[in-house]
Amino acid sequence: MAERYPDDLLYHPEHDWARVDGDQATFGVTWYAQDALGEVVFFDPPAVGASVVANESYAEVESVKAVSDVFAPLSGTIVAVNERLAGAPEKVNDDPYDEGWMVKVELSDRSEIESLLDVGAYMDLLSKS
Amino acid sequence: MALAIDTLRRTALHDRHAAAGARLVPFAGWEMPVQYTGIRQEHVAVRTAAGLFDVSHMGQIETSGPDAEAFLQHVLSNDVTKIAPGGAQYAVLCREDGGVLDDLFTYRLERLGDRIDFLTITNAANHERDHAWFAEHAAGFDVSVRDAAADYAMLALQGPRARALLDHHLDGEAPARMRVTRGVVAGVECLICGTGYTGEDGVELLLAPADAPRMWDALAGAGGGAVPAGLAARDTLRLEACFHLYGNDLSEDRSPIEAGLGWCCKLDTGFIGSDALRGREPAERLVPFAFTGEGIPRPGHEVLVDGERAGVVTSGTLSPCLEVGIGMAYVRAEAAVAGMAVEVDVRGKRRPAELREKPLYRKES
Repeated sequence: MAERYPDDLLYHPEHDWARVDGDQATFGVTWYAQDALGEVVFFDPPAVGASVVANESYAEVESVKAVSDVFAPLSGTIVAVNERLAGAPEKVNDDPYDEGWMVKVELSDRSEIESLLDVGAYMDLLSKS
Repeated sequence: MALAIDTLRRTALHDRHAAAGARLVPFAGWEMPVQYTGIRQEHVAVRTAAGLFDVSHMGQIETSGPDAEAFLQHVLSNDVTKIAPGGAQYAVLCREDGGVLDDLFTYRLERLGDRIDFLTITNAANHERDHAWFAEHAAGFDVSVRDAAADYAMLALQGPRARALLDHHLDGEAPARMRVTRGVVAGVECLICGTGYTGEDGVELLLAPADAPRMWDALAGAGGGAVPAGLAARDTLRLEACFHLYGNDLSEDRSPIEAGLGWCCKLDTGFIGSDALRGREPAERLVPFAFTGEGIPRPGHEVLVDGERAGVVTSGTLSPCLEVGIGMAYVRAEAAVAGMAVEVDVRGKRRPAELREKPLYRKES
């Protein structure tokens, strides 16, 4: 897919996104992240019920050549993981914002949302990297 | 970052790679294409059709003169006298203590109308050290040793369709496997070598750098040409075939015997390092393995037998053909047995694996 950054998402500088819906949020990685990784071949998800902490790694994603940490944009408790990525990790490349989602989290501190970037700020960051 | 890129050397095909959308990365002092469309796609193209690799970063040393054979017999581990004119041979270059300085292919060019007798291909990262080693040990031999890396571009055309594609552009006859000929391909004079690093049939072409773009365009051209393939696919292909990668599976700290390369170490020839290797029973051996479940091994991961540390991974990847994690590891000799169930510690997760015979991937025939 072509390079794209939806404007309804919030972004973390480590190239992760969050789609906030009430007290829950869905996390994934951005187009930039999947392009830098190359073909994703393995997603090692955390367990449902595990805690995630903003700015810390919650999962690993591997391409043929490398392994990378996936960072949590926000803190909370995992309520769902994208089981489909086990059989089809390439969804992270093909559709990073929808089918390539990674986890859903019950947020523990909604005030953290303020620290995330909107699409304009994230694209500014990309243009400087 | 920009500064580092500026100091990297570029092959004669740099423009072609950029135009093909390659991702270019620093590799052994060169700016090389690591992938074009994607590792798996390129890998599968080489296994099912044909791929074209720019391996111009590899070095060349020309050895000529009355003592050329005797000199190479002194430095190379294999029996150089067994290379017929127009033949090719794999060997390692050892220190006196048996540590491996490089692994190399040598082609015997005499009687091919050449000014040189032997051409040895070096790994890019080791080339200067290899050449210095050759030059240092040439004293006392009536031989000329020349660093010829700047004279050659090198392309690898590999895959089941490689030879048909070559024949289409070839004026003359292609060499058999492990043979070398001089020929004209796509109007370009070159050395055609029946060798490769993928486990597939194919050739490697050595030619003047100025001719490389023309050759590239002919072989990778639209309409049934070979698929441009990068260093990443070259690595996954060689690992499926269990070919060693210097710096990962071979090093100065390892002997060729523990690396499983005893077959190319002819101790009776008296090559440098042969005394140290004689009668040596290595404590560890390099063995291929495949995961039996999920996960991907990487260099440095520990290998466990019955929960105890028994070795270390030196190469690892996800095999595009087998679709499981594969690799090679140095494992305690008594445990380094094909069929042995082991575990690999992948960042704290113990992934079950099985030691295997080589190669890990073999074409169904």
